[in-house]
Amino acid sequence: MVTTLQNTVSAETGVQYTPVIQIEGLRHSYGSRTALNGVSFDVRPGEIFALLGPNGSGKTTLFRILSTLMLPVGGRSLIAGFDPAQQPDEVRRRIGVVFQAQSVDIKLTAAENLWHQGHLYGMRGAMLQERIAEMLQRVGLADRAKEKVETFSGGMKRRVELAKGLMHRPSVLLLDEPTTGLDPGARRDLWQYLHELRNQERVSVIVTTHLMEEAERCDRLAILNNGEVVAMGTPAELRSQIGGDVIILETSQPESLALRIEQRFRIQTSVLDGKIRMERREGHRFATELVESFPGEIESISISKPTLEDVFIHRTGHRFWTEAQPEEKK
Amino acid sequence: MVQAAVTPASVALPRVNPLLPAFTLWWRELVRFYRQPARVVGVIISPLLFWVVIGAGFGTSLKASGGSQPQNFLLFFFPGALMMIVLFTSIFTMMSVIQDRNEGFLLSVMTAPVHRSSIVLGKVLGGTTLSAIQGLLFLVFAPLIGIRMDLEQFLLVALITLLVAFSLTALGFAIAWRMESAQGFHAIINLFLLPMWMLSGALFPFSNAWKGIKVLMLINPLTYGSDALQLTFFPEKLGSTILPLWPSIGVLAAFTLLVFMAGFVIANRRSTVPAA
Repeated sequence: MVTTLQNTVSAETGVQYTPVIQIEGLRHSYGSRTALNGVSFDVRPGEIFALLGPNGSGKTTLFRILSTLMLPVGGRSLIAGFDPAQQPDEVRRRIGVVFQAQSVDIKLTAAENLWHQGHLYGMRGAMLQERIAEMLQRVGLADRAKEKVETFSGGMKRRVELAKGLMHRPSVLLLDEPTTGLDPGARRDLWQYLHELRNQERVSVIVTTHLMEEAERCDRLAILNNGEVVAMGTPAELRSQIGGDVIILETSQPESLALRIEQRFRIQTSVLDGKIRMERREGHRFATELVESFPGEIESISISKPTLEDVFIHRTGHRFWTEAQPEEKK
Repeated sequence: MVQAAVTPASVALPRVNPLLPAFTLWWRELVRFYRQPARVVGVIISPLLFWVVIGAGFGTSLKASGGSQPQNFLLFFFPGALMMIVLFTSIFTMMSVIQDRNEGFLLSVMTAPVHRSSIVLGKVLGGTTLSAIQGLLFLVFAPLIGIRMDLEQFLLVALITLLVAFSLTALGFAIAWRMESAQGFHAIINLFLLPMWMLSGALFPFSNAWKGIKVLMLINPLTYGSDALQLTFFPEKLGSTILPLWPSIGVLAAFTLLVFMAGFVIANRRSTVPAA
């Protein structure tokens, strides 16, 4: 029995496909605190989809609901046609999950961890042994198979986690902040591996992150803020929503200067962290005009192509990190 | 072209044999045990220490013969001591549930397509194995105080020990499942389980107890485990216990089933708060 919320026609190709994950009006709260306030989006087959948001934006809550660990208060979601709230076992068979928290058993060897994991999914015998060898090979740990995980580095532990999540060949891979605590090299390796997975096996990947540069590597992303999706699209689409370049001024009197710039040029400005921020096409020309109009007042000026953080600021009016909310209870 | 990467939902994936996850969880419990040498030493040394201290406390040589009062109490206390060793080991093995949860390991089990009863069975059998081994090791001391057993008695003791170990481990599982800290777990044990042991007939016989205490002993399932052990070691005592041997074992088995079901219901509950 398959329930589908809707079939979507891809705008670019015109091909009809069933989204691998469909989320509609998902709501959740912990007591009186709202964690998800009507989140909706689709993930297409074989794409890497990022959920970008600061701590407390609802990423982890969403992750818990999708991975069948928690029931939502309202709305619904479908993974490969099954609702995690109604048919958890059907969902569990089809998803691989890599948690932010370490889930490998450090007292077991790498191979034993995978052996254990395989059993949980009903794999056994020679087939299981082959799969363990194959997975260890793929994450580059074949020579460490018989060593206890407690002797591994952070990056190696994470690779065991990934191998664990992929043992049963899931069609959907869910990763919660997978690069936490990894050095840049290990981070790059992980992302390279995710791209290989998508390209070679067409695994759909959904990954939560609070890092802009990671979200840039995804096919599409949704930006979450206070339990709501504030923007969604490919990284390029989102950046192009910003009107041109981003110009940031440093000055001793940001509030008054911002007001005068608004009056004179009829554009919108905002003051963040004592700096004036505005968006404008052909930023380099505008910068010259600004400096000439307010001689001596501008201490420094920077012009940049918009980043995803600019998209976030554009949509929410505040910086990514300033609204530090208490971390969700584990 | 977009092609479906997803296994079509209509294609049924094979069911997982529920014994396989239970086996692997049991196996992990044992491997983790013998890879922590301190725990192995504890299991072997603690019954020995326990017995030496008790013996020394009564000021009698363990090999002393004759019918002096302390010797009689030592005899009487032997099944109770066995119960206590099994009780503590069983309950404490389930601290691993709290540890698994805090370390994140439980998450990967909870998101696997495993029937929740397999999870309970695997974890509980792991703890049962460890505490039953410890209990049976304690039996080595039985001849020292003059308890002789034939094979039938030994097998009965083993059965009762297994049932007590399984039921208490399952109880430990049910208590530990929603616990967030080991401290909270300790508090519950001191508040609840220690009295349960004291009122099981392990310290004083049912027939000697004050009326109000008798009621508590009657409803305490451990009393029937204690009685069953007393009757196996000292068959001549029949009549001084609440029930004969096999009905006592029956009550114990019913209790075992009940706490296992409770553990399953607690682990199987899904709610709007995080499950792990």
